Amino acid sequence: MQLGQFIPAFPEMFLTVMTFVILCIDAVLKRNHGTWAYLLSLFALIGCATLTLGMFVFPKPIVMFAGMFVGDAFGNVLKLCTYVAMAMTFVYGRQYLADRNLFKGEFYILSLFALLGMMVMISANHLLSMYLGLELLSLSLYAMVALNRDSRVATEAAIKYFILGALASGMLLYGMSMLYGATGTLNISEIAQLIAAKKTQKVIIAFALVFIVAGLAFKLGVVPFHMWIPDVYHGAPTAVTLMIGAAPKIAAFAMTLRLLASGLIAFAADWQQMLVLMAVLSLAIGNLAAIMQTNLKRMLAFSTISHMGFLLLGLLSGVVDGNSFSTTNAYSSAMFYVITYVLTTLGSFGMILLMARAGFEGEALEDFKGLNQRNPWFAWMTLIIMFSLAGIPPTVGFIAKYSVLQAVVGAGLTWLAVVAVLFSLIGAFYYLRVVKIMFFDEPVSPTPINPASDGKALLSVNALLILLLGLMPGWLLKLCELAVGASFRF
Amino acid sequence: MNATAPFLSIAIWVPIFFGIVVLFVDDKNAKLARSLALVGALAGLLATVPVMTEFVAGTAKMQFVEKVLWVERFNMQYYLGVDGISMWFLPLTALITVIVVIAGWEVIEQRVGQYMGSFLILSGLMIGVFCALDGALFYVFFEATLIPMFIIIGVWGGQNRVYAALKFFLYTLMGSLLTLVAMIYLYTKSGGSWEILTWHTLPLPLEAQKLVFIAFLLAFAVKVPMWPVHTWLPDAHVEAPTGGSVVLAAIMLKLGAYGFLRFSLPIAPDASHALDGFMITLSLIAVVYIGLVALVQEDMKKLVAYSSIAHMGFVTLGFFMFSKIGMEGGIVQMISHGFISGAMFLCIGVLYDRMHSRKIADYGGVVNTMPRFAAFFVLFAMANSGLPATSGFVGEFMVILGAVKYNFWVAFLAATTLIFGAAYSLWMVKRTIFGDIANDHVRALTDINAREFSILAILAIAVIWMGVYPHPFTEVMHASVNELLAHVAQSKVGK
Repeated sequence: MQLGQFIPAFPEMFLTVMTFVILCIDAVLKRNHGTWAYLLSLFALIGCATLTLGMFVFPKPIVMFAGMFVGDAFGNVLKLCTYVAMAMTFVYGRQYLADRNLFKGEFYILSLFALLGMMVMISANHLLSMYLGLELLSLSLYAMVALNRDSRVATEAAIKYFILGALASGMLLYGMSMLYGATGTLNISEIAQLIAAKKTQKVIIAFALVFIVAGLAFKLGVVPFHMWIPDVYHGAPTAVTLMIGAAPKIAAFAMTLRLLASGLIAFAADWQQMLVLMAVLSLAIGNLAAIMQTNLKRMLAFSTISHMGFLLLGLLSGVVDGNSFSTTNAYSSAMFYVITYVLTTLGSFGMILLMARAGFEGEALEDFKGLNQRNPWFAWMTLIIMFSLAGIPPTVGFIAKYSVLQAVVGAGLTWLAVVAVLFSLIGAFYYLRVVKIMFFDEPVSPTPINPASDGKALLSVNALLILLLGLMPGWLLKLCELAVGASFRF
Repeated sequence: MNATAPFLSIAIWVPIFFGIVVLFVDDKNAKLARSLALVGALAGLLATVPVMTEFVAGTAKMQFVEKVLWVERFNMQYYLGVDGISMWFLPLTALITVIVVIAGWEVIEQRVGQYMGSFLILSGLMIGVFCALDGALFYVFFEATLIPMFIIIGVWGGQNRVYAALKFFLYTLMGSLLTLVAMIYLYTKSGGSWEILTWHTLPLPLEAQKLVFIAFLLAFAVKVPMWPVHTWLPDAHVEAPTGGSVVLAAIMLKLGAYGFLRFSLPIAPDASHALDGFMITLSLIAVVYIGLVALVQEDMKKLVAYSSIAHMGFVTLGFFMFSKIGMEGGIVQMISHGFISGAMFLCIGVLYDRMHSRKIADYGGVVNTMPRFAAFFVLFAMANSGLPATSGFVGEFMVILGAVKYNFWVAFLAATTLIFGAAYSLWMVKRTIFGDIANDHVRALTDINAREFSILAILAIAVIWMGVYPHPFTEVMHASVNELLAHVAQSKVGK
């Protein structure tokens, strides 16, 4: 065995080692030395990023570990995005966690384990490794939601998340087992080949598909498997909410694409129909329910549901009448959507984290009243983020919505595009309400807002990036297209 | 060609650049914010001068063209250019911005930097709309204008500003989102092109044309606004600060009318012909019915807002008769209405700043205490009712001439505006300006100061100049309008 043959998995290996190193250091130091874990975690992320960047020297996908793991451009791009998302989560959350006595090693160790899970999910080419990654991610997240032991809502959210999550994992596993029964293999590429060679029973696979889609839908958080999202987003400490709401979406997207588009592309006509229904329902329920919320975290939770519905629109327009000429266009649009959505989500929860102080969560809509008078810069940055979520140009949210919509119209589903934009209109209302509260209302409390300078700088970078990507989206779109094109063959 | 420098880019980005800088000047340095904004606005106006002087009349070609690939993946381009239809809107926008900055000089005391910055950014974005020749670029500018306007109405507006701002935003967004779908459809049908000029030549079956036309209509009709989707306008106008009303009436409404010329007519000519009766009916309802509505208003701003709708009805009426004189009349009316409505709102702003009331009933006999102001107000009201030798007359007269050729009864109904327009404008003047001094508040009024005088004087000169000698305005548009009409006359169905 030579070390050289493991090169594509080096980032995962490095991260594993680093996580254990941090675990040991944290155990030795014993006291609340969050600072060390924090800095080392950021170092681990930088190391991973460097290693992953090095992977782009391989032009073609490399399959290894007996077909369990694939290193390809698609995975590498998404992994880089998860590192960035994690690093931003850490920086945004630092002050918040410190104020709540949660700035400890556990948060960072669990986060890094979750990240490892995401990386395995992103690179999985095998149902077993995929499930393994998913469970590593999920279990870490369950624990993190309950990180604040004394909080009743957090504990309730954790239990809810755990029970529903376990149920969804069970469904996914059941679907996978049926897939195994029908094809005799767990390797995703082999499954695709066997189906293409018509050596499988159609009925069983169609049945398996239902469970797999249900499991994936839960992890993405789309209607009707969205029940956990509002409660968990609301109940978890905001830093953990950000952790759940950002990077794991990328991993869930990768898993969905690998399973459905790579493994079960021959059944596209079947799962696309399911996705249409789920997408429309998510857009409707997410946007309508968000209007009624008074808690910003809950509102953003419902907004997430609607955004994931939009993401599905991209995933379902790949195959038209059994013809896969536009798959790269559609899937890379969806990829662009998820990456930019995560960037925007980071900003939106980041601003709540910056708003919070010791003993004050800053998550009620009321708390943002008159923000423009209290801290104009902060208010303008939040304005950019809100308009991006609403999909108003010149922010990146518009380009993302546009790229998905053009795929939908290209697939001949113009009616679906019309439905999507109508719900975006409803969605615009509640994002505008946040802007209204910040700009038009008089401040309730005169306390000036002085967020930690690192978080403040990051929010500025975050918001300006949203604006800049809206003005110059070309390179990221191109990158997504190249990554999808180089990694999948439909 | 005439482009030696990226004049259009300069005209777009200079105000936006200044706007962003001014946005973050806090209230401790309000003076700096004001002066910087004025410098920015004047620089913006200066940037449009070469567009006027270097413009070559007599050709329908796009001028000052700039074309750079913007988003490679979707073939979107940073593609700018102006023709005879759009050219005059650049200086108009820049001029109105200067006026708005001066008008808000002392009046706006809170968050001065943000107020001035919003207007400057808005100015650049609106110029962008008039210059964009790429559908995606157009859409980005078109939508982005909503953000500063939303803030302007919501922050510096009146009592009911939140409602008005949200209504304005959502109404406009509704229309433009469907337009986006139509644009994506055109992008797909044209084999991946966003160039508006390519869409002009794209053959489409009649049914598709009708759907595209209706999708565009939703966006542009809301913006113009046409009856029955006009209801956001009175709210927005009444609640907006003076500057907001001025920009809204003078420029933003024109974005919609301009959209008809750039998109609806040339992209869907067969649908335009098929639906011309419908469009003319809507326009006439705006002219007649909204004119009557304006008559009964008790709030001056609301009155002018309804009068704007009626005047914009004239614009769309001129477009959909497919005659040269009608269409040119419509465009002239757009420019002229920009001056007049802007001036009307400024006048009401002058009164409001002193009395904090817009109710007609609170005034009376203002001429006794504010003679110079009264002179301006009467002039603009006359122009608003279409008095010959003012700019208001030129456009309306041309449209009515076109209408007579088209159909006598259409012309007859359109001409009633001369009566209603005079009625509501002059009746308002009679009640506010003339007569005996109504109350002690009016008695205490002071006449306009040099700042107010200068902005009203600029607009008065423009109104009279355009009324007496409209040639420079119409001269540049002949070739472009001819080209557009020739294009619209050709069927695109079975090509």
